[in-house]
Amino acid sequence: MGAATSRIVKPSVLPGFGPALGYTVFYLSAVVLLPLAAMFVKAAGLGWSSFWETIASPRVVAAYQLTFGASAIAAILNVTFGFVLAWTLVRYSFPGKKLVDAAIDLPFALPTAVSGIALTAVYARNGWVGQFLEPAGFHVAYAPPGIVLALTFIGLPFVVRTLQPALEDLDFEVEEAAASLGATRRQTLVRVIVPAVLPALLTGFALSFARAIGEYGSVVFISGNIPMKTEIVPLLIVTKLENYDYAGATALGASALVISFAILFLINVTQWLAARRHRRT
Amino acid sequence: MAATVQSRPRKVSIRVDRPAARERRAVRRLLIGVSLAFLATFLFLPLAAIFAEALRGGTKAWIVGLADPAAWSAVKLTLLVASIAVPLNLVFGLAASWAIGKFDFIGRNLLLTLIDLPFAVSPVISGLVYVLLYGAHGWFGPWLQSENIQIIFAVPGIVLATIFVTFPFVAREVIPLMQEQGTEEEEAAITLGASGWQTFRRVTLPNVKWALLYGVILCNARAIGEFGAVSVVSGHIRGRTNTMPLHIEILYNEYNFAAAFAVSSVLALLALVTLAAKAAVERYSLRAPESAPADPILIASNLSEEPAL
Repeated sequence: MGAATSRIVKPSVLPGFGPALGYTVFYLSAVVLLPLAAMFVKAAGLGWSSFWETIASPRVVAAYQLTFGASAIAAILNVTFGFVLAWTLVRYSFPGKKLVDAAIDLPFALPTAVSGIALTAVYARNGWVGQFLEPAGFHVAYAPPGIVLALTFIGLPFVVRTLQPALEDLDFEVEEAAASLGATRRQTLVRVIVPAVLPALLTGFALSFARAIGEYGSVVFISGNIPMKTEIVPLLIVTKLENYDYAGATALGASALVISFAILFLINVTQWLAARRHRRT
Repeated sequence: MAATVQSRPRKVSIRVDRPAARERRAVRRLLIGVSLAFLATFLFLPLAAIFAEALRGGTKAWIVGLADPAAWSAVKLTLLVASIAVPLNLVFGLAASWAIGKFDFIGRNLLLTLIDLPFAVSPVISGLVYVLLYGAHGWFGPWLQSENIQIIFAVPGIVLATIFVTFPFVAREVIPLMQEQGTEEEEAAITLGASGWQTFRRVTLPNVKWALLYGVILCNARAIGEFGAVSVVSGHIRGRTNTMPLHIEILYNEYNFAAAFAVSSVLALLALVTLAAKAAVERYSLRAPESAPADPILIASNLSEEPAL
């Protein structure tokens, strides 16, 4: 046992560990790790004051506020409607259900640029829906609601696909027990069902949010890209690059990446806690 | 090496009528109505709008939009990029899953987390990192310039950015399955005198074929449709460094909506084919649940695994 644990790899009769791992590490380093490291080294080389100058400029702060705000609203919309959708797909049967289930992945399969111009076409002033909203004074395209719309579109599958297996795993008997003990259906929902799928709901929220703060393609067409008003962080990075402001782009990119990693870390912690609680009960 | 990943047989529908665990009929109808209305406004209307806008000027205008030489060069470049990026990530996916799925070694969970990294990176940043590495002001920029090699604002940069964003797809489908299937069959083959390569080809590969196909489908869809990362490194040189999504952006910004939506409609059709292929693979693999691919989102969220902390 002591000999086995002191080794890096457990002995096996299967060949090819060395080359397979070697190639994996080499390819991972060349494609992912080295480029990411390059950005952080560059960002570190900027020095704290110039880094902070970029991050704290009013235009960047406005972009961060918009990106986080719109992403949070989109994630909340997705959790709400995603729960209803996952529930109907798991519990009910209705005509066209298989098609609806397959269609949930559309935002995954559709190129983001195509999603962007399609949403703009529907919600712009002369679009199918926009023509009714604009006269009522509700601007979707080229305004913050358009950004929320696009971010909701691309985040939906994350919530539904995370919730579906959790809802499938629910035990009918627990709900029946609640009912037989006099709980109304609403009480059962709030006190039994939602707590049971809470980890999945939180994960869905976090995945949808994390995807939204990095999203670019589907947003740029519908947002109008007005500085201080409808400019998201990824767009600002592109703008800085186009103006040859490599330092600014690097600082902004590094800060955005740190935030994404922090969210990913939180997802992992949430799940680890949920798994631990699950094991205990 | 206990299998930490459980395959989840999807319960397609629950037929048992259990009134105590059911909502009233009116509530059920309301919820179904809300679901369909939400999907209609967010998914189906935009999808329909692509085809409506593409065919607004009739099929002739649609064909004109596609027959443009710049559109053709965009199609060719997109196919070229996908045909390089997908096989490279496929080979990587197989190597990574052989190492991680069949062997137990220190740092395995760390490696898994690192493979997932590109999922957490904004597409724009995926492009940016290559600009900082290979661009004129990047680490290797001066050297590349002196050697007269251009990566950024050229095809190699587009290929690299695409490889980055599609990096985890195949690996993350195949790794959990290889882990779950264990090593017994391979050990038996080796003991019976098969070579390592024979074992891999005749035993391992057939066992993971559906997950592999599933990963390739997803990888390919993303490779063809990637916009943000490619946009940063391409330089938008018409006829030379424009992929289909970038070509759509240029047409759209020139107010050439007919052509923009004509090209979009081709990509939308491709997306529908992708969804159909994905559903078909899910159905086929259900017949052999042992080799069923896992839902990519569940994988992305590490939901079915021990967290790698």
